[in-house]
Amino acid sequence: MSELFEVGLVMSAIRLATPLLLAALGGLLAERSGVINIALEGLMLAGSFTAAVVTHYSGNPWLGLLAGILAGSAVAYIHAVACIRFGADQVVSGTAINILFLGVPALLSGALFASTGATPQIPKENLLPVAPIVLAFALVPILTLLLARTRFGLRLRAVGENPAAADAAGVSVTRIRTLAVVLSGALAAIGGAYLSIGQSSLFTRNMTAGRGFIALAALIMGKWKPVPTMFACLLFGVAEAISIQMQGVAKIPVQFIQIIPYVLTLVVLAGFIGRSRPPKALGQPYQKER
Amino acid sequence: MSTAERLRNLPGWAQPILAVLAAFAVGGVIVALVGDSPVQTFTLLIGSALTWPDGIGYTLFYATPLIFTGLAVALAMRAGLLNIGAEGQLTLAAFAAAWAGITFSGAPAFLLVPICVVAAVAAGAFWGAVPGVLKAKFGAHEVITTIMLNFVAAAVASYFTEYHFKKPGDALLQTVQIADAARIPRFGTFVPNFPERIPLSVAFLLALAMCVAVAIFFKRTRWGYEIRATGANPDAAEYGGISTPRQIVLAMALSGGLAGLVAVSEVLGYRYRYYDGFSAGYGFTGIAVALLGRNRPLGVLLAALLFGALLRGGLFVDIFTEKVSKDLIFVLQALIILFVAVGSRERAAGGRR
Amino acid sequence: MLTLREITKRFGQVTANDQVSIEVRPGTIHALVGENGAGKSTAMRIAYGFYQPDGGEIVIDGSPRILASPKDAIALGIGMVHQHFMLVEPMTVAENVALGAEPLRSGVGARLGIGLDWRRAEAEIERLAAEVGLAVDPRAKISDLSVGEQQRVELLKALYRQARLLILDEPTAVLAPQDTAELFRTLRQMRAQGKTIVLITHKLAEVLEISDEVTVMRDGRVVGRVATAATSAPELARMMVGRDVLLRVEKSPRAVQPSTEPVLAVRDLVVSRPAAERASARLSGVSFEVHAGEIVGVAGVEGNGQTELIEALAGLTAPGLTSGSIELDGENLVPLRAHARRARGLAHIPEDRHRRGLVLDFALAENVILGVQDRPPTVSHVGAAWMDLHAIRTATEALLAEFDVRPANPDLAARALSGGNQQKLVVGREMGQRPKLLLVSQPTRGVDIGAIEFIHRQLLALRDRGVAILLVSAELEEVTALSDRLLVFHAGKIAAEVDPTATSIAEIGLLMTGGGRAALSTDTRAARLGGAA
Repeated sequence: MSELFEVGLVMSAIRLATPLLLAALGGLLAERSGVINIALEGLMLAGSFTAAVVTHYSGNPWLGLLAGILAGSAVAYIHAVACIRFGADQVVSGTAINILFLGVPALLSGALFASTGATPQIPKENLLPVAPIVLAFALVPILTLLLARTRFGLRLRAVGENPAAADAAGVSVTRIRTLAVVLSGALAAIGGAYLSIGQSSLFTRNMTAGRGFIALAALIMGKWKPVPTMFACLLFGVAEAISIQMQGVAKIPVQFIQIIPYVLTLVVLAGFIGRSRPPKALGQPYQKER
Repeated sequence: MSTAERLRNLPGWAQPILAVLAAFAVGGVIVALVGDSPVQTFTLLIGSALTWPDGIGYTLFYATPLIFTGLAVALAMRAGLLNIGAEGQLTLAAFAAAWAGITFSGAPAFLLVPICVVAAVAAGAFWGAVPGVLKAKFGAHEVITTIMLNFVAAAVASYFTEYHFKKPGDALLQTVQIADAARIPRFGTFVPNFPERIPLSVAFLLALAMCVAVAIFFKRTRWGYEIRATGANPDAAEYGGISTPRQIVLAMALSGGLAGLVAVSEVLGYRYRYYDGFSAGYGFTGIAVALLGRNRPLGVLLAALLFGALLRGGLFVDIFTEKVSKDLIFVLQALIILFVAVGSRERAAGGRR
Repeated sequence: MLTLREITKRFGQVTANDQVSIEVRPGTIHALVGENGAGKSTAMRIAYGFYQPDGGEIVIDGSPRILASPKDAIALGIGMVHQHFMLVEPMTVAENVALGAEPLRSGVGARLGIGLDWRRAEAEIERLAAEVGLAVDPRAKISDLSVGEQQRVELLKALYRQARLLILDEPTAVLAPQDTAELFRTLRQMRAQGKTIVLITHKLAEVLEISDEVTVMRDGRVVGRVATAATSAPELARMMVGRDVLLRVEKSPRAVQPSTEPVLAVRDLVVSRPAAERASARLSGVSFEVHAGEIVGVAGVEGNGQTELIEALAGLTAPGLTSGSIELDGENLVPLRAHARRARGLAHIPEDRHRRGLVLDFALAENVILGVQDRPPTVSHVGAAWMDLHAIRTATEALLAEFDVRPANPDLAARALSGGNQQKLVVGREMGQRPKLLLVSQPTRGVDIGAIEFIHRQLLALRDRGVAILLVSAELEEVTALSDRLLVFHAGKIAAEVDPTATSIAEIGLLMTGGGRAALSTDTRAARLGGAA
């Protein structure tokens, strides 16, 4: 078993944790402001697809990444408007966005490339295999400081705990929450873009395969704090890395290896959730009119 | 008055209709952007669902599983729970029905069909009860746990199919056929001039019966009252002596059982086997159906018929348009959910973790 | 300083403010009085920019202003202390005070909103606190502070923003008499410094004690404005209610002699906090008895264990958090949950009808069966599942008539009723269960005077029929007037049991804030003098 813990496994775990971490940190911003972001999966898909398409046409992965960020932000803005301005049920709105991005990439990809399954291959030199990893892990201390030491962080936390108090103190709940949700879309989209123009070289149908939900689980496990969330993502990364290694070696049916991250999530949720406290106003639209 | 308030003040029936119209409008824009004619696409989509007997037969056939999953999601939502796990529940149920239909192949039809139905409902109810228990006992949010359990259910069914119930040498991941005695009658066998090739079966009649049963359950029984009270105000329910953890588990189990009835339509009435990936996202579409139907059985029925028509029409869109694929259906579904949520007067389900 | 001119505000079908005009002169303490639901808070929330009016004009310092949000009001020197404190519990005093007006360091960081100068903020808070005599630690967490201290933080929030006009919404509702006296000292000091104060209240004694002018509201309209020196409590009460009001409860002596065996016997009851919270108990070692035919009152500043006591007795506390014994007619209730306790003759009027007492989206008929959903007449026999809709309707109509709930429409959602009618529904439902023991918590909170009188009469009538009643109320007047015996709660314990007819409000107030029996004899005179000043 010792060979499992070699450097290759560690690197592979970090690579696999990266999209989870980016999405989880995005989710963290939205949820600390009081908006449930179950749409992470759809936001990742939006970023992933857009980045692949723009990189394919422009030949520039940075342009692709930027386009992915814009796409993720724009879709997150829809979620923000639905939840914040219209007071829509946040889980339902997020579910709608997830279903939307089961369809949109396939629909557009079918129209653009006559294939609803995948976008064309991107040459290796046009990929970004490292930058998103660096960014993801650099964001952990940045977000920690942002939350603890800045005006925006203070207001974000206040809005997530007690929006009425923030409002009474002259803070615009709508503006802070909208900004937080849009930022979460941007981060989730980078996570998605890393899948299509970093880890692999094209977008395939439903490429995220539930990573948005695992990111959400990691966020809960990390008690809505950046550093513990990073460790939770690394744990899932290790689990996935081991399951990939075992698929070649072990004589266990592939199905049982595939479900390791999901079962792990269930165990974690059953064991940890009781001891962590979500932001108090999470999931509650703020409407001061009686 | 803000737009949000004005939407909320609409009568209950007008709001879903507006949501559907708005979704088609935005969907039309998307179709135009992709490069096809919205008019032609939508004509194809709706028109091909209304022909006799094929269009209507297939629309009702596609609507059948959606009635079951729509009722399942609606029942859980009345308890304040968002059951995103109907997909996993119906997957396991379908496998369980096939297993029973293969294992007890010696039994006569009047025994075997009920055995298969009970196996399906039990499997669905069990898989629904698991997130119920996780929520009631550990406070784990049902949205995340049901999503995870969907992946696990797919893997479990796929494992048993591949290693224990596959016909040797079969390239497809599917079980051997169930016994003939486990098959339920199609409409073609008792409706004159209705071709038997259309897989519309008595499962549709069961779906209608379940609409009535769920309506009675909520309106006339104490159990339905206790579930509704738990959903509408859990603190008040507890105060009234209702054990909310028990209601949560019960509602999730009932919801899973309803979702499990999809197996009757799909396994006993159509494919006569379990087939990996047989569900075209019925569990997820059930969420849209429940939302659009405002969690009321009659609403669920109407919404399921609409979505059944879309599924039928989607196939024709795929074939007969230049660029638009049947993925348009996902887009329309998502837009409908979004617009219903935006205008909705009530919380769909408890938002708290 | 502040003038509201013909302000109108509607919430859906309800007109909360109908052409309300109020003038507050600078340097005065202006009392805004009226019954619950008269529209006082709405008017002042409009003045604070929290709500936007549907009509009318807000004039501040002589110029008409549009207040789009509290931010605009703050900029014009208006501060507000809300009835339910607007504090972020997991954050510190300094963070709460500075929120929205954060102390930025100079330079580039300021423009980016990074580099918050907490030391400066803390020094400023300490300076302001000293100026008006409010002691608070800027680094303390809000969740660790008492209610009185939290109110000081709210005052500091307004002062930190350099408020010249301070609106206080029912500030004394949560305070013990001594804390009220201290608050009033602070307010007088602020007036002396030239600040203007608006005090929203329904307690007439306070109005007469501290204000310079009074505006009276009723049913969303202003019905009068008088100088405090030229009015009296009966006159103000008449303006508030629109008719002559009995300010005292008429109570006959106990009709039934208390039985020797208690109906409710509580011994060494402890309720601990969930493990996630701090370890100290919320209720530590409480013992008392309630006999048939008596009302035992519980007085105390809110948050001293009263809520935990009632929830523990009703069987609503999470299992494993309570110890000690609770006996109803000699039977141990501890292992039983709410449902089983109800079946044994316990009924409960909860402190928060919206949270516990009603399902607001349910029809009245569905609310009437809450708690009796599994026994006749709801179903044919105990435990049956098939509901008898006809019997439910008949029972509902009878209850709505008997308890004068209006509108008496069984199909209406509970949400559509006024607070008073909602409360009468809950009271009627619980009394209608013919209980042996009735737990009553804040029975008249947010209820109009007519309903208050009605509910008080019903409670006394129930007592005279031999029911044992445990009554918790934050309204000291109410609990002393209705109770036969009074338990004073402080810090999760019974500080003393007193005879409410023979004990002054000031003495009870002292017990509520932790002053012991021994202190009573020496301090009583001082407290009496303080209360009268």
